[in-house]
Amino acid sequence: MNKTAKDFRSTSSAKTPCRLFEIFGITQGRNATLINRREREVPTLMPSNFRGNAVSVPSREFIIPPWMFWIALLCIVPQALWGAERVDSSLIPSTFAPESAPAHSISQLARFVLSITGMMFVLVAGLLTYAVVRYRRRANDDGIEPAQIYGSGPVEAAWTTVPFLIVIVLSLATARVIQEIQDARKPASALDVQIVGKQWWWEIRYPKLGIVTANELHVPVSQGGRRLPTFLDLRAADVVHSFWVPRLMGKIDLVPNKVNSMWIEPERPGLFLGQCGTYCGTQHAKMLLRVYADTPEEFDRWVKQQKELPENDPAAASGRLVFERTACINCHAIGASPATDRRFGPDLTHLMSRNTLASGALSNSPANLRAWIKSPDEFKPGVLMPAMNVSDSDLDQLVAYLITLK
Amino acid sequence: MNGAIKIGEISDVMRPASASSAADERSVLDHIHSWIVSVDHKKLGLMYIMYGLAFLVIAGLQATLMRIQLAAPNLHIISPQTFNRLFTMHGTTMVFFAGMPLIFGFANYLVPLMIGARDLAFPRLNAFGFWLSTFGGLLLYFSYIGGEGLSGAGSAPDVGWFAYAPLTAKAFSKGHSTDYWTLGIMVSGFGSIATATNIITTIFCMRCRGMTLGRMPLLAWLYLIVCAMVLIAVTPLTAAQIMLLLDRFAGSHFFDTQAGGSAVLWMHFFWIFGHPEVYILVIPAFAFASEIIPVFSRKAIFGYPIMVAATCAIAFVSLSVWAHHMFTVGMTSTGNTFFVVSTMMVGVPTGIKIFNWLGTMWGGKLRFSTPMLFAIAFLFQFLIAGLTGIMMACAPWDWQLNDSYFLIAHFHYVLVGAIVFMIFAAIYYWFPKATGRLLNERLGKWHFWLFVLGFHITFDTMFIPGLLGMPRRIYTYEADRGWATLNLICSMGAAFQITGISIWLFNVLRSLRKGKLAGNDPWDAWTLEWSTSSPPPEYNFAEIPTVKSRRPLWDIKHPTDPDWKYE
Repeated sequence: MNKTAKDFRSTSSAKTPCRLFEIFGITQGRNATLINRREREVPTLMPSNFRGNAVSVPSREFIIPPWMFWIALLCIVPQALWGAERVDSSLIPSTFAPESAPAHSISQLARFVLSITGMMFVLVAGLLTYAVVRYRRRANDDGIEPAQIYGSGPVEAAWTTVPFLIVIVLSLATARVIQEIQDARKPASALDVQIVGKQWWWEIRYPKLGIVTANELHVPVSQGGRRLPTFLDLRAADVVHSFWVPRLMGKIDLVPNKVNSMWIEPERPGLFLGQCGTYCGTQHAKMLLRVYADTPEEFDRWVKQQKELPENDPAAASGRLVFERTACINCHAIGASPATDRRFGPDLTHLMSRNTLASGALSNSPANLRAWIKSPDEFKPGVLMPAMNVSDSDLDQLVAYLITLK
Repeated sequence: MNGAIKIGEISDVMRPASASSAADERSVLDHIHSWIVSVDHKKLGLMYIMYGLAFLVIAGLQATLMRIQLAAPNLHIISPQTFNRLFTMHGTTMVFFAGMPLIFGFANYLVPLMIGARDLAFPRLNAFGFWLSTFGGLLLYFSYIGGEGLSGAGSAPDVGWFAYAPLTAKAFSKGHSTDYWTLGIMVSGFGSIATATNIITTIFCMRCRGMTLGRMPLLAWLYLIVCAMVLIAVTPLTAAQIMLLLDRFAGSHFFDTQAGGSAVLWMHFFWIFGHPEVYILVIPAFAFASEIIPVFSRKAIFGYPIMVAATCAIAFVSLSVWAHHMFTVGMTSTGNTFFVVSTMMVGVPTGIKIFNWLGTMWGGKLRFSTPMLFAIAFLFQFLIAGLTGIMMACAPWDWQLNDSYFLIAHFHYVLVGAIVFMIFAAIYYWFPKATGRLLNERLGKWHFWLFVLGFHITFDTMFIPGLLGMPRRIYTYEADRGWATLNLICSMGAAFQITGISIWLFNVLRSLRKGKLAGNDPWDAWTLEWSTSSPPPEYNFAEIPTVKSRRPLWDIKHPTDPDWKYE
C-alpha cells in the first residue's frame, strides 16, 4: 500500500475528532482510516445479488441558496408591521406581564425555566452546528471512511447524569410553586366568588354579598399591606370550560360535577382580559371574560350599586310588559321582576352596568342591544339565545325598558 | 429446512405470479386487483404509505383553510361550525389516518427487509389490519356526507380530536357525526393492534441467521418498542370508545355528566392512550434518524446499547405521564407534583438520544443529500420540541400554556418538525429502494428549504400569541389583544409549506418515470435492505443472508476490517 502525502494528511485529519476520546483512553471503536478505498468495492458473496454502487454526490452541497435571504427579508416586513399594530398594550393578556400574586410566581418560575432551557438550547444547538460545519465532507475528500467510534461509556454516563441533575432542579423548583399556589391559606379578609361556566358565557355569583352578574368580574385590589385576595370556586353547568385571565393567574378548568378552586390577588386597579381556555362548543371563541380590579372604595361602591334593585321607571312599564310576556323571561332574571329564579341566560338586573353584551361579543349600547335581541345569531353564530321575533315597536319598548336596568 | 433456500427452489413457487410478459398484458383493473388482494409486505407497506400521504395532504389543506380564517381578527370566511369541524378532522386525521398508517407503512416495508426475512409473520393478518385501518378512515370521512348532524345530513364531528366529555354526550352532540368519529377510530385501532402484533412476532421469530437481538438494526428495535406501546396504549382508547358508544346508544352514564357521569374519567382514558400515542408516532422518527444519520455521517451509530435502553426507558416512563395533559383539571398538589416529576424524567432518555446522534455525526464526513438535510433539521427542531416540552411540564407554567397557541406550536414542533421531517427524510432515503429510481436531488433541496422556511415562519411565530394569552380552537379572535400580525405571519408560512409539498409531489411523479436509476445501494449504506435489488423481488432475498454484526454490508465492503471484530 503506497501512501502519498495526501493519504497521510487525510489520515491525520480524520483522526483529529477522536483525539478527545483517545486522550482520555475511553474510545471503544477503532481507526478505519488506513483501509484502502479499493477494498470497499470488492463485494464478497454473502447476499448473492449484492452490488455496491454508490452514486457520487456533488461536493459543495451544503450551501444555503441565495434566494433564501430574499425570502427571509420578505418575512421581516410583517414583523415591522407588528411593531406598528395599534393596540393598547395594557390590554394585551400577556403571561409575562403579571399583575396578581399567583401569576407573579408563575412568571418567575417561567423565567427561571426559560433561562435554563435557553442555556441548554444554546449549548446543544451550538454543538450540533459545530458538528455540521466542522465535519462536513470537504470538496477534496479522499473517499476514505472516517474512524468508526461505537460509543463511550463515560461520555454517555456524563450526558445521562447532567440532564438528570437539571431535571431534578427543575422538578423541585416547580414543586415549590405548585405548593405555594395550590396550598395557599385563605385569609379571613378574602372575597368569595362562584363562577359557573355555561355555553357560552360566565355566571358570576358573590354568595356572601347576594350579587349575581355575568361575564364581568369585579374584584378589589390588595393595596398598602391590606390583603384582599379573591377566592374563586368554579363549576360548569354543561360542558368543560376553562377560566383564564393570563395576567392574574393560569387557567383552571370548570368541570361538570366537580368544584375547582383558585385565587387571584391583583395589585393595581385596571381591566384584565381573558377568555375560555378549553374548547366548549360552537362559540368557544366568543366566551370572553373581563376582570375589573377596583380599589377597595370603588369595589364597595360597585357592591352597593349591585345590591340595590333598579327603580321601576313608569315610562318603561310597557317594555317591562313585553319582557314578561315573551320568552325572554324563561331564561333571564331581572331582580325587580317575577323572573328572579331563571338562570339559563345571564342575569339582567344590572345589565347596563356592564360594558359588554353576549359575553364580550358586542360593546354594550342601546343600539347594539337592539340589534342583538333582533338577531343574536348574526353576532354570535350558534348562540343558544334564539331570535325573539318581536315587532319593531315592541323591540323599541323592550330596549327602552332594558336600558333603565343600571 | 435449515439451510439457505436456493434461487431455483424459489422460482418454482414465485415465478408464475411475477412473470413479466404476463404483466404487460394485464389490464389496469387486473393491476389494481393485484394490489388489493396482495398480502406482500412491500405492497401493503406502500399502500399504507400512499394512504397516509393522501390523508396528510387532505388534513394539510384543512389546516390551510384554518390559517386563512385566522389571518386577521374577526374574519368571517368560515363559519364557527365549519371551523370546529376543520380542526377536529385535522387533528383526528393527522394522528389516526396520516401518522399511524405512515409509521406502519414503513414498518411493513422495512422491518422484514432489514432483519433478512421474506415477509411478516402473518401476511394475511397484515392485509386485514391495513384494510381495517382504511375502512376506519373512510368511515370518518363518510360523516361529511352521511353523518346526520344538527344542520341536517352531512356534518363532520366537531368535538375536537380528544373529544372531551360531555361534549360528546347526546345532549350536546346530536346527530351521528360523533358516532362516525368513535367508530372510525375504534375500527382503525383494531387494525393497529393487528399490525403491531404482527410486527412484534416477525421481529422475535423471523430474523435471519446470525441476527441476534443485539445485532438488529436500531430501526427494528425501535419498532419492536413502538408496537409494544401500541398494544398497551390503544386498548384503553378502544375501551373508552366502547363506553362512549354505550352512553350514546344504550343509555349508560359513564361520561354523561347530566346523569352523574364523569368528565374527568374520559380525560384519563383518553390521555393514557394519547400521551403514549405521541411517542408511538415519534419513535419511528427516531428510528429513521438512527438509520439515516450514520449512513450520511459515514460512521456507526454512537452508543447502540444505550440507544435501545433509552428508547425502552422512554416507552416505560411515557406510560406514567398522561395526566400532564390535565394539570388544569384541578388535581391535588401531590398529584400535580407526581406528574411533573415523571414528565421531566422523560427528558433524560430523550436527551441521551439527541446526544448520541450528535456523537454519531462527531468526527464523521457528513454528506448533505436531501435525507440528511431533513435529518439535521429534525435534530434542531426536536431539540426545541423537547425543551418547550420541559417548559410545559412545569405545572404552574402549564396553567398558562396549556390549551394556548404555545401548546399548538410545541406539539407541531414534535409532529411536523420531528415526525413529518423524518418521514420526508425516510421517503427520500428509501424511495430508490422501493421504486428503483432516485428522487431528484435539486428538487429535493427546493422542497427542503421551502418547507423548513415555511415551518419556521409558521410555528416559531405561533409560540408568541400563546404567551400573549391566545387559546387554541377559536375560530376568530379580538382585534385588541395584539395577536393580529403574529397570526398573519403564521398564515404566510403555510404558503411556503404548501409550495414545498407541491414540489415534492411533482418530484415523486417525475422521478417515478425519469429518475436516475438507483441500483441496489445508492447511498453506500450498511443494512440488509440495500443488499437486494431495487425494487426488491417478492421474495426479498434469493438467499436468506447470514450476518455477523450490526452492519452486514460494512463487513462485505471492508473485509479486512469488519465490524464483528469490535462489537
